[in-house]
Amino acid sequence: MDAAKRYFRSPAAVIGLILLLLIVAMAVSASFLYPRDPLALAGRPLVWPFSNPRFLLGTDNSGRDIAAQIFYGARISLLIGGVATVIAILIGILVGAFAGYYGGWVDNVLMRITEAFQTLPNFVLLLVLVAVFGSTLTTVTIAVGVVSWPAPARLTRAEFLSLRNREFVQAGKTLGMKDLQLILGEILPNALPPVIVYASVVMAVAILLESALAFLRLSDPNVASWGNLIGLGRDVLRVQWYVSAIPGIAILVTVLAVSLVGQGLNDALNPRLKSR
Amino acid sequence: MRILSLAGRRLAASIPTLFLILIGVFLLLQLAPGDTVDALMAQMGGGDAATAQQLRKFYGLDLSVPAQLGNYLWHLVRLDLGFSSIYGKPVATVILERLPPTILLMTASLSFAFFFGLLFGVIAARGVNRWPDTLISTLGLIFYATPSFWFGLMAIVVFSVYLQWLPSGGFQDIGTVQTGVRGVLDIAAHLVLPTLTLGLIFLAIYLRIMRASMLEVLNLDFVRTARAKGLDETHVITRHVLRNALLPMVTLIGLQAGTMLGGSVVVESVFSLPGLGRLAYESVVQRDLNTLLGIVFVSALLVIVVNFVVDLLYARLDPRIAAEG
Repeated sequence: MDAAKRYFRSPAAVIGLILLLLIVAMAVSASFLYPRDPLALAGRPLVWPFSNPRFLLGTDNSGRDIAAQIFYGARISLLIGGVATVIAILIGILVGAFAGYYGGWVDNVLMRITEAFQTLPNFVLLLVLVAVFGSTLTTVTIAVGVVSWPAPARLTRAEFLSLRNREFVQAGKTLGMKDLQLILGEILPNALPPVIVYASVVMAVAILLESALAFLRLSDPNVASWGNLIGLGRDVLRVQWYVSAIPGIAILVTVLAVSLVGQGLNDALNPRLKSR
Repeated sequence: MRILSLAGRRLAASIPTLFLILIGVFLLLQLAPGDTVDALMAQMGGGDAATAQQLRKFYGLDLSVPAQLGNYLWHLVRLDLGFSSIYGKPVATVILERLPPTILLMTASLSFAFFFGLLFGVIAARGVNRWPDTLISTLGLIFYATPSFWFGLMAIVVFSVYLQWLPSGGFQDIGTVQTGVRGVLDIAAHLVLPTLTLGLIFLAIYLRIMRASMLEVLNLDFVRTARAKGLDETHVITRHVLRNALLPMVTLIGLQAGTMLGGSVVVESVFSLPGLGRLAYESVVQRDLNTLLGIVFVSALLVIVVNFVVDLLYARLDPRIAAEG
């Protein structure tokens, strides 16, 4: 519980956690507060924010409630960010664990592939994946996960390299444990904390990647997402700039919250590094 | 010379990686719905099956996938990236036309991010845990969380629409084509906002790394020695600390080269710059898969070249690396 105490001692980490909980609350309450379809027509187009009590944040080019889209957008961002992060971390752990544990040619082959993924700009690869598999919610989420795994893989590999010759692993080997048992049961739990902390970075980047894709109108157009709304607002940017401005702030706050929580976790779990 | 051979060896090691990428993406694109001929026929306004057959034969699309891949790689060795049916030109020509704005944008953003990241990082590290540090670190966190395309749009609203200081998009003034100094100034004015937009997130990363790196180096023994010698603080920072603290920053350039190229896809779309990134976006929308594959090749090549330059720079900053070889 020391870690929890250390976490709550940092004001930045607490602010991050509060912001994140607020966004989660928005995502959860979306269907209670706005039971209607957020992409359905709600009123006159381009109503300025705070001018009509029915539409607190105004309406967009086609008369859809911006506030409703912001609330439902929280769902999409958290969903895509969360699932893509899980995918990226799982692939990363799998590749990194095998590369680090076995070394030799397995390591060589796996690291070559990792290097290939890192050499190709991840947004370009994302474009290729979307061009090939289309842009539904599922394909975009998987695609964002697939382009984000190399960094966690390298991190896991480094952890495994430093752990694989430790005494407790040797002891396990002497006891006749199988490789898979050693990897999953013995080494992985010890290698996990830094990877989990790094997941916050992956999630922040995943949310930004998806919003950029949506802004370019290459993400799923049938869901209320913040990136979609910014892309839509671009057509009326010169006068009704608020259509783009509001969802951008939502993205900014979400990514900021995720980063702050990640940093707080990092400082709480690695107290020795905190002085840096 | 030793440095060069060392970096050269790493360059040679990246050639298999390049082929791995090309083969992977080539096979991936086989799964895409529709091929070049479909795109071409759609543009011609349709046609019968016999014409499609003929065109496929002409482009070598009737061969088996491994044969097509072999063909592609064989052409690639001779720097022939195939033909873009959408632009009606060889892909290599299309890409070469679009390369200069992207290179210019990336160089400008990198310089901006590197210089100000270094400056702010040093200021923050000098006043660690006092208000300049808190202010700079907070700004860094916010910049890191800002979606670049959104920042670009907001910059257009403020600087192009309200203040009308800078153009809102494009690479040059189309109305009055200028040459010489005025032409250069015109392009520079068009690139101010894109540079800031693309550079912002990297500025945040660089200042964070610079601050951490400075703090680490400041605690090393040789710094204490330098101070004990009676050197003034400015001298200690500029001559002793900075050079050592720069190493992680230089590493980061190589690591971030790909991210920057990816970021330019979005930024070029926001500011309608006719660059490589916008070409990538257009070729996805128009299903011009040959061009897309060419862009994959060129962008991987760019990342490799940047890393080669970084290796050279690194060895120059830290002679120990060359000596170890």
